[in-house]
Amino acid sequence: MDSAQLLQFAVTGIVQGAIYALVAAGFNLVYSATGIINFAQGEFVMLGGLLAVTGATLLHLPLVLAILLPVVVVMGLGAAMHWFTIRPLKHAHMVTLIMVTIGVSVAVRGGAKLIWGADPQPLPAFSGGESLQFGGAMIEPQSLWVLGIAAGAGLLLAFFFRRTLVGRAMAACALNRRAAELVGIRPDLMNMWAFALAGGIGALAGGVLAPLTFASFDIGVSLALKGFCAAVLGGIGSNSGAIVGGLLLGLVESMGAGYISSGYKDAFAFAILLLVLFLRPSGLLNVLVRRDEE
Amino acid sequence: MLNLHRPLVPCLLVTVLVLSLLAGCPKPPTAAPPVPTPGATAAAPPTGEPLKIGAIFSLQGAGAPLGTPERDTLLLLEKSVNAAGGINGRPLKIVIQDDQSEEAVALTAAKQLIENEKVLAVIGPTISGTSLAILPTFEKAEVPLVSCAASVKITQPVKKWVFSTAQPDTLAVAKLMDYLKAKGLKQLALLTDSNAFGASGLQVLKTQAAENGMTVVAAETFGSKDSSMTTQLTRIKGKSPQAIICWGTNPGPAVVARNAQDLKLKIPLFMSHGVSNHKFVELAGAAAEGIIFPSSRILVAEALAANDPQKQTLLDYTKAFTAEYQQPPNSFGGHAWDALQIVVAALRSAGDDRAKLRDAIEKTTDFIGISGVFKMSPTDHNGLTKDAFVLVTVKGGKWEIVK
Repeated sequence: MDSAQLLQFAVTGIVQGAIYALVAAGFNLVYSATGIINFAQGEFVMLGGLLAVTGATLLHLPLVLAILLPVVVVMGLGAAMHWFTIRPLKHAHMVTLIMVTIGVSVAVRGGAKLIWGADPQPLPAFSGGESLQFGGAMIEPQSLWVLGIAAGAGLLLAFFFRRTLVGRAMAACALNRRAAELVGIRPDLMNMWAFALAGGIGALAGGVLAPLTFASFDIGVSLALKGFCAAVLGGIGSNSGAIVGGLLLGLVESMGAGYISSGYKDAFAFAILLLVLFLRPSGLLNVLVRRDEE
Repeated sequence: MLNLHRPLVPCLLVTVLVLSLLAGCPKPPTAAPPVPTPGATAAAPPTGEPLKIGAIFSLQGAGAPLGTPERDTLLLLEKSVNAAGGINGRPLKIVIQDDQSEEAVALTAAKQLIENEKVLAVIGPTISGTSLAILPTFEKAEVPLVSCAASVKITQPVKKWVFSTAQPDTLAVAKLMDYLKAKGLKQLALLTDSNAFGASGLQVLKTQAAENGMTVVAAETFGSKDSSMTTQLTRIKGKSPQAIICWGTNPGPAVVARNAQDLKLKIPLFMSHGVSNHKFVELAGAAAEGIIFPSSRILVAEALAANDPQKQTLLDYTKAFTAEYQQPPNSFGGHAWDALQIVVAALRSAGDDRAKLRDAIEKTTDFIGISGVFKMSPTDHNGLTKDAFVLVTVKGGKWEIVK
């Protein structure tokens, strides 16, 4: 019984962690390109979920399209967010830009509530069926989808940054903006790409998450907090860091809730964040010094 | 560094101040005194200064699914009261504020209604947290507040100016305990929402379990927006209880129901009146089957015995609400219905005086409402008994009364 329990906690933690990792990857994309913490990342996730529900229930799209179409739409929204709210503020202070992302997130949340209403909306699971037994632990099919899609998205991102021209240009831009400009890369465009990709990966997370938790206009804030936490844990800006941070966060939460007390579930997450910041503060401090050095 | 001394900030502050002053200005009296016309029927359009009642509901945030039908119900009643000639010939005016399920926002809304709108009484807030946060304001300002939230702390101990029309959780727990006792289920596991509704439920469940000689073998909590409660359920499973009682409001309990199904738990699952709405079944889907919970009669109005005193009132409300909003009402809208009808009845006898209005509300007896039959008194500002609840289960996606 006990090892089955441990396994169940681990499975739950890893699935949660995969979701956090997807959100964290969105934070990282924008951060490494622009140095901004984009607090609207949670709203990308929320939009992905709600658009998927609309696609599946109102437009009767097949589920694959209902998930992928929102990814494209939110990519567009992410790009638009950069083009119209971030790009015009060329010489603004970093703090101002972060404030702008908070403003966008509040506006998007309000708009989503006007469009979809306040009620949470269910989305059917990708594949029905009973949960699978896995060495004494139960795992529902949707959780496998979450893991598979998170892994797929991680691989795609790695491929994008290593093998495609746009991806390598973005990576170059993140490493040294001025040098990248000298070789003819337009940082503006690269930044827009970063926001678009962050929107896409956020929407994907929202789509796979919706059958597990329901889509609702207000799920973005807490997901953004946890995703941000995961990004900082893993070292902000690093893509493999997002995966490590996300999984670590999910496991700590699940084990803490399982073996100590479920009342302190969120406290464990933030305690470990504080611990990492005390012992290895490099992640968050980077945000603050980055632009000032330029 | 952020430069706080830029002229923009003071400018904005001044603008906000000016706007709030403007909003706070008393409106010039527009109304002529009501002229009684001979032979006027009750349906003559109301005239004169409107009787202003405030309402604070959660239209955003976690309480929004509850607050929205409450708002809709009040708007419906405002229309029907005024169409029927108003209150003593004067129109009823309802001013609704959104507290966003946040304590601080509720407090601002309360002050706005009391000081600027000068309302006679306030209905709401929707949820326990916001209700408890604004109670002192109403006690101090001496304005009647009729809350739509269920926490027992709202009316116990009795506060002079505060009433509630929601069945307090003590009654819901009492109804559920009767059933558990009859079935001989004595080892309980509790799984409660970490919001105010769940926290209050947890206390009451623990107290009443002890009173009934039952043992609580596990007490777990979950966050309202958590995406998985599998960990808590696994932990509970390890303690082998005879029954799991999950106390929370949407969407958390729907996630619990689904996770319990996914884990193939064989332990009977009970829930609270917080899930007695159609949304819960929509969210939980097949996982809602067989879950037993106390509910207001509104959910099962059709299935009630013909001699049930509330049946006609319930059917009338359901018909009117469905005609207006194309969806059936729920118990939360019912709390608002009861609150406003009690206040309207009191206004008819007390007129536009806050103190007299309070006294009249306290004298409400044998009022047949949606949540139950109310009998208020100076020692009971809620006026309901555990018979305000029936036990309900979900069968084939439909409600069924548990005998």
